[in-house]
Amino acid sequence: MSSESSETQFEPIIVAFACHYCAYSAADVAGSMRLSYPANVKIIKVPCTGKVDTIHLMRALQRGADGVLVAGCLEGDCHFKTGNLRAQKRVAYVKALLDDIGIGSQRVDMVTMSAGQGQAFAQAASEFTEKIRALGPNPIKDGAAKAA
Amino acid sequence: MITAERKPIEEIMEYVAPFKKILLLGCNECVTVCYAGGRKEVGILASALAMAMMKKGQKIEIDEMTLERQCDPEYVEELARVIDQYDAVCSMACGCGVQTVAARYPGKPVLPMVNTEFMGASEQQGVWAERCRGCGNCVLAYTGGICPIARCSKSLLNGPCGGSDNGKCEIDPSVDCAWQLIWDRLKSLGQTDLYSRIMEPKDWRPAGGGGPRKIVREDLMS
Repeated sequence: MSSESSETQFEPIIVAFACHYCAYSAADVAGSMRLSYPANVKIIKVPCTGKVDTIHLMRALQRGADGVLVAGCLEGDCHFKTGNLRAQKRVAYVKALLDDIGIGSQRVDMVTMSAGQGQAFAQAASEFTEKIRALGPNPIKDGAAKAA
Repeated sequence: MITAERKPIEEIMEYVAPFKKILLLGCNECVTVCYAGGRKEVGILASALAMAMMKKGQKIEIDEMTLERQCDPEYVEELARVIDQYDAVCSMACGCGVQTVAARYPGKPVLPMVNTEFMGASEQQGVWAERCRGCGNCVLAYTGGICPIARCSKSLLNGPCGGSDNGKCEIDPSVDCAWQLIWDRLKSLGQTDLYSRIMEPKDWRPAGGGGPRKIVREDLMS
């Protein structure tokens, strides 16, 4: 990649909260399968997506992430029964809050997969990265530059 | 508990707009239990406000703090050592907390971040329902432990109105008719005789109709 293109193309920072029992393993499988997904995605392993709280999603965006992905187990397959469903509701809550403050609900999303679905993880990571790339940088960055 | 809900962000933004440095102040009591203004909600609102202001290109410094209780002077006193640093205190407590803080620090704007709603009980995780109006003269002994003041839409004292329909209230089919609940419970308790006991017109002065209420316990006063 030339230095010129790296300057012009926006490379989003994506934080992915990945469940130990599914998405984190799926990311591992993706690696074993030599499937590539964007290096923009920084994975944080959590014991269950039910552990991911509203504040974690908010702080990730506040501290510079352009998008946050929550990756949990398929519906009905949560190791702790309903952690993924709780996460889904929290993501919905954060989406509404992000719309309220003008950051935009599209910057947070949830995906589900099983531990063996390396392909699904790679695809979700790529699609979300592209979606955020199209949206552009987190608007707080522009505002912070103006305020400085 | 006293229940509350966070005010809309837009309204909060208007409140904090004139200030450069604010203290977002939570309360460890009722508003923590109903997820409106405890330590966690303070963090979420601080983050949301910080991002909203950054997006606008405005700077605001937000510190977070949560008191054990905002409605007791001894806990509100803890603010004395830090309050001078702030242009305003944004309280996430109920109206009682906001007013206690405001009374203690007369020179400091104290702004409400939540709407205080009702005295309620938790029906299930995430659902709170009104259970008490604080009418000052409890009648639960005669009504099977179900309050007709808080739970009947008309606060009727002697049986249901004509709007009771299959156990539901005419205002909304999702609302139980309190008097149906009372009758069912009195029946199961074998206390239906209480139903025919006529309640006199209620004196609403202890409910607040006689002006602001106060409890004075001289045995406890210093």
